[in-house]
Amino acid sequence: MEVLLADKANIRRSGCLAAGVNALNAYITPGHTPKDYADYAKEDAAGIVREDLLLTMSEGLNEVTAKLEKLGLVIQKNPDGSYAARGWRNIKINGENIKPLMAAAVAQQPHVRVLNHLNMVDYIVDEGRVTGAWGLDLHREEIVIIAARAVICATGGAAGLYQPNHPGTSRHKMWYSPFNTGAGYAMGLRAGAEMTTLEMRFIALRCKGTIAPTGTIAQGVGAPQVNARGEKYQDKYGNTTAERLWAVVQENKAGRGPCYLGTKGITPEQEAALERAYLNMAPAQTLFWRESGLNPRDYDVEIEGSEPYVVGGHTASGYWIGADRATTLPGLFAAGDVAGGCPQKYVTGSFVEGKLAAHGAAAFARQAVAAELQDEVKEKIVKQVGQFLEGTSANNYTVESLEEAMQQAMDEYAGGIRTHYGYSASSLKIARKHIERLTRLSENLRASDAYGLLKIFELRERLLVCRALIAHLAARQETRWHAFGEHLDFPERREEFKVFINSRLEDGDISIIRRPLQEGENKEAAV
Amino acid sequence: MSIAVEAHKCVGCGLCTEVCPGNLLQLREGKAQIREVRDCWGCTACVKECPRQAICYYLAADLGGSGGRLYADSNEVEIKWQMHWPDGSSDEIVTARQEANKY
Repeated sequence: MEVLLADKANIRRSGCLAAGVNALNAYITPGHTPKDYADYAKEDAAGIVREDLLLTMSEGLNEVTAKLEKLGLVIQKNPDGSYAARGWRNIKINGENIKPLMAAAVAQQPHVRVLNHLNMVDYIVDEGRVTGAWGLDLHREEIVIIAARAVICATGGAAGLYQPNHPGTSRHKMWYSPFNTGAGYAMGLRAGAEMTTLEMRFIALRCKGTIAPTGTIAQGVGAPQVNARGEKYQDKYGNTTAERLWAVVQENKAGRGPCYLGTKGITPEQEAALERAYLNMAPAQTLFWRESGLNPRDYDVEIEGSEPYVVGGHTASGYWIGADRATTLPGLFAAGDVAGGCPQKYVTGSFVEGKLAAHGAAAFARQAVAAELQDEVKEKIVKQVGQFLEGTSANNYTVESLEEAMQQAMDEYAGGIRTHYGYSASSLKIARKHIERLTRLSENLRASDAYGLLKIFELRERLLVCRALIAHLAARQETRWHAFGEHLDFPERREEFKVFINSRLEDGDISIIRRPLQEGENKEAAV
Repeated sequence: MSIAVEAHKCVGCGLCTEVCPGNLLQLREGKAQIREVRDCWGCTACVKECPRQAICYYLAADLGGSGGRLYADSNEVEIKWQMHWPDGSSDEIVTARQEANKY
């Protein structure tokens, strides 16, 4: 079977792992089981998970980890040869070169062909079945249309929906890759796929300014969160991923900020180890410590929350899928950040999903009739691209100005940093109006080259993800996860919202579907 | 937060244009050029890929930068991270490829 892999950049350094990764955060350590991991993820997500998906993901974690080590990933070992754990579900690695290692492994596969710098824009759908996809080759500046017996979507999630921590010069200094623009979600929505739990946003708790990871410090040297008075406050707020962030928000609102990770007093050896660890995944932090003189041995490390993202590798946002990672559209499978219902999968869990999706897609492809590209489909695509190349942008609007307007609207009215992540039914209505207006304006943007087209398509996919996200936030009339979904009209959890909020794009509108929490297969019965 | 290409060192090999995850680097008249410095994520893929240390990474003023520059001299065994400071001094930290993060 021939496999074609298309990547927006080059698989050697594309996506959210471009800089490296600091640890493998999903691993079953001795004394624990896959069920333990699934239970942990379920609790962290306050129950809004697909336990069947969590379990099949968890069961494959250690196998893919062993494979990564075989490919050359350096994993720290204990004297007895077992992996050195950082916590009960994660292990220590040197992940600086995780992408080059995987790219080299792909190159060894004779039946896999890689098309780098090919930015996919949309699926090709024939009578409800996904029969291919098309995109823009950014280097050759041409449209590429691909017919396929089966398609796997494994794009990143969506960053850049909200105003970032540093909207000016450092606007792209963010947690998640700014080049992950929600393409996978937008393509699915446009094709009519069902999505789930977009409202479970992910907001990262990060080192101030550099937006570098905090877990390395918190878990590595055991640094507690402390406020400006030096008080430890975490116990007041709980210890889920969302609550660790919410604690900082609350302390700041109460006037007890800024908040810090209490590193003051660590040893010179600990400091040196931290500096090296950050160079392997977020070099800005090491540079900042050295350049500012605010080294972690003498100064606590200030922390802040990022802007919100939609990212299914951390939360449960993404395509509504079955155990074989099949989406609701025949011929389309999903894995990783775009696959919903299965939070906390991180790097290794995403790899497991990739394997499950590959098996599912291969089984589908074997029995599928070969798809043929119709001339009218090709003509439609060429026309669609051509409309953005004719003439100049209307009304002096640019991609950049519309993107900034989108981020500002989301920040102010859909729970961004400015409102401490809170929103209400009223504010979401205003957000929706702005996003609809900006979507209309985006129709009249024009580009002069492939990169310009890329920027228009990225904006338009972000705008569609924003529309769907707003509908999801409005539909979950409760606050199930503080900060991740802070509904100010409904500040508590509500029993009647122990359901999935799903959606589909129907006749241009986002239609909401409530589905029961359930174990086992994807049941169609709506609540 | 961004990178800067030092044109006098750039040999136009184009390796950086391959690895940038944002497709931000391009060759113009035989030299690497970043399309928009504000769009850089700061992943340092290009910094590590450049065989001539012609690309450095710096903290913008809004992130607390004071004029320092970070370079990476990479080989199969290690990455030598070199930090050059405005007063002419420098620091170097070496990360060994076969050594896992302690934390």
